[in-house]
Amino acid sequence: MLNLLRIELFKISRRPRTYIAFAAIAAIVFIFQFAFKADGESYMNLMLQSVKDTFEFEKVRAINGYFMCYIILNTLLIQVPILVALIAADSISGEANMGTLRLLISKPISRTQLILVKFAAATIFTILLLLWMAITSLVFSLLIFGADDMLIFRSKGDESQILLITKDDVIWRYLAAFAYATVALTVIAALSLFLSIFAENSIGPIIATVCIVIVCTIISNINVPIIDKNVKPFLFTSYLVGWKGFFYIATTDEGVPIKGSIENWTAIRNSLLILLLHIGILVAASVIVFRKKDILS
Amino acid sequence: MVRMLKWILPAVFIFVGVSGKTQVDANALIKKVSATIDKVNNYEASGKMKTNVTFLKVPESVVKIYFKKPNKLKIKNEKGISFVPKGAVSINLSNIINGGKYTALDAGTDKIGNILVRVIKLLPEDDNADVVLSTVYIDEANLVIKKAKTTTRENGSYQLEMTYGKYIAYGLPDKIIFTFNTKDYKLPKGVTFDFDDGAAVKKTTPETLKKNQGMAEITFDSYIINKGVPDTVF
Amino acid sequence: MSSIIRVSHLSKQFKDTRAVDDLSFTVNEGDVYGFLGQNGAGKSTTIRMLLSLVAPSEGEINIFEKKLSTHRSEILRQVGAVIEKPDCYKYLSAYDNLSIFARMSGMKVSRQLLMKQLQMVGLADRAGSKVKTFSQGMKQRLGIAVALVHDPALIILDEPTNGLDPQGIADMRNLILKLSNEMGKTVLISSHLLSEIELIANRMIIIHKGKKMVEGTVADLLDPAHSLIQVETDNNAAAKEKLKQTNWVSFLQNDKQLRLMMNKEEVPRLISDLVAMEVQLLSVSSSHSLENYFLSLTTLPGYVEPFAN
Repeated sequence: MLNLLRIELFKISRRPRTYIAFAAIAAIVFIFQFAFKADGESYMNLMLQSVKDTFEFEKVRAINGYFMCYIILNTLLIQVPILVALIAADSISGEANMGTLRLLISKPISRTQLILVKFAAATIFTILLLLWMAITSLVFSLLIFGADDMLIFRSKGDESQILLITKDDVIWRYLAAFAYATVALTVIAALSLFLSIFAENSIGPIIATVCIVIVCTIISNINVPIIDKNVKPFLFTSYLVGWKGFFYIATTDEGVPIKGSIENWTAIRNSLLILLLHIGILVAASVIVFRKKDILS
Repeated sequence: MVRMLKWILPAVFIFVGVSGKTQVDANALIKKVSATIDKVNNYEASGKMKTNVTFLKVPESVVKIYFKKPNKLKIKNEKGISFVPKGAVSINLSNIINGGKYTALDAGTDKIGNILVRVIKLLPEDDNADVVLSTVYIDEANLVIKKAKTTTRENGSYQLEMTYGKYIAYGLPDKIIFTFNTKDYKLPKGVTFDFDDGAAVKKTTPETLKKNQGMAEITFDSYIINKGVPDTVF
Repeated sequence: MSSIIRVSHLSKQFKDTRAVDDLSFTVNEGDVYGFLGQNGAGKSTTIRMLLSLVAPSEGEINIFEKKLSTHRSEILRQVGAVIEKPDCYKYLSAYDNLSIFARMSGMKVSRQLLMKQLQMVGLADRAGSKVKTFSQGMKQRLGIAVALVHDPALIILDEPTNGLDPQGIADMRNLILKLSNEMGKTVLISSHLLSEIELIANRMIIIHKGKKMVEGTVADLLDPAHSLIQVETDNNAAAKEKLKQTNWVSFLQNDKQLRLMMNKEEVPRLISDLVAMEVQLLSVSSSHSLENYFLSLTTLPGYVEPFAN
């Protein structure tokens, strides 16, 4: 099994398309960093439009490494599923397209093993992608912008809030957020893998994955009570942004943030469980379908 | 604002007409208080600031407060980020009563806690000044302002409540509670995809605050008085 | 001699087509077994079932005297295959491809062994080149190297000469003969060309529309006794009637044309008999019946089956 995984990772590492994802992330992150370095104040003014007459604060300090990473993740984690799909959706369909699938299947490896190894490889790719994101968006941002207290702009129901997390209380939240994002993106990997079983080229499952993510994300963001209650809890995309939960710091009755706290750990834990359940179901379904599939490519 | 002025202005004129005699006392009292405040040319103080605004969840922060005559004031958080209410510049009391371009009206007495205070209304003579009306509550025994309410054209109404201790001789408080008007905070639509963690919106504003009011509480630990403050800090 | 492959009553039903229909055959140890059929006859589907790519709808496959459905990994460890096109990972080098598939077969690989294998198929000097730069023939040779790298006892080649030039076809033929004669491998080779099979196979099967038409040794099936003699006269019907009166009746084919299935060596006697019966002969031609039969599967749907199973 480990031998197979090594082979799979070797194959992924030798494909040019693997590096597209890493390059794309670096490009997006650097554009963000450049833009905020040049004119971050405008962004702050936009976010604080309605209260800029009431308060003054040091915008330059607010645009720091921690804040940048949050802004970048906020945008990037919506696009990254595409990058994960790029590799994961190729798992089976790419082999079918290249004609190597029939060779793989005629080797003394069980199909279950093959799917599990493909899934493991896609997961490792996802982890590396997030690690790369952490390096570019957090480490590089900290080097460029420095560390300071972190502001979180959040809308909650009809209300908007500004949360302040002191700089000594941030890093563990990022570690937790990246770990959560890994689980969330692994759902995408599992979905792509599942779809890739049905296709004989990788374009179909990539597009299908992206469409599913986009449609569900849009539905997840429609603020209509009937959808909130009846549809959203069943969409995995509602839980993809759960990493943000680690930045929703709990407050005292006086509205003072409590250092080291999370507002609603139960919600995050439940989201994680739901995502893990998705992964389990998708991987199991992949194994079942793939075992029964006639390889005609 | 205009609506408010409609009420306040006639009321002020009635005062002027009825109690012309006490007006002198009021002016004299203000002068005495001013003299106390005038002892301070500049100061650098360290303290803690606690903010209480519905939408703002910020921790208590360690701040430095710099003041220089006549009306320069800066609140700085050296270790992190603080949201400083813009009107907080008026915690500089001299800003309210110095300059002398006002009409002082005696509005009787009141009680803050157990202390009997004189209530004096200050009307700026300059019709275009931002401050429309200030009401100050003066502790006559110590010649310090215990409370001040200010109505401005642009920045709503403020209220200051002072508690004094060691630095009472300079008219410098140990604690200021600053109440001010805020607008509703609204994030621009569509810039964030938020995680709905299902937690109920917690009501964190005390009962004493009205809707759209915020509060900042500054507790001073120490003052360095009249040792000079460079202009660069402002 | 033990059977290496034993297929019994194998069928595969795809949605609305029966690709393989009640097929049974046996491949013995050391055989070069020809698997002949037109395109779409069910050859590939059968081979895919042998390699567990496709699950049979009915029937059973035993390889090395073990059930494929229950001993899959064990069996496949000893099987090497080239299925249709010899596809490899185009973005990897020949060496890397070979290494990957060898390791997937459960082998411990060494550089020496892999290079030896590449040498055998004449790709040693291109070991480091990416497969996307290879010609069809080179890919084919790499495919063979991949199929043989783990030293399998059974080699399955699905249309291995497709897309090869005449030299490539000759090389392939020699390789297969070498595998069989010198290395004692059992080979199953599919083709739609009888000419190809008859040169290398010792046993063969012809399938058509998923069904077995004929199976046997090549020597038997290509016996000159099974020649098809076509006679053209000025009046075929009359000539046929005349032949029916003689001993030749047992060789006559039951169709409108005047055709006899017989030993080629008897042709001079047939001609002299016809001449004696005053039949005006226009031409007499001979072909091997199997070739004719094989061609007829697609060209003459009404043709009567000459071989009894």
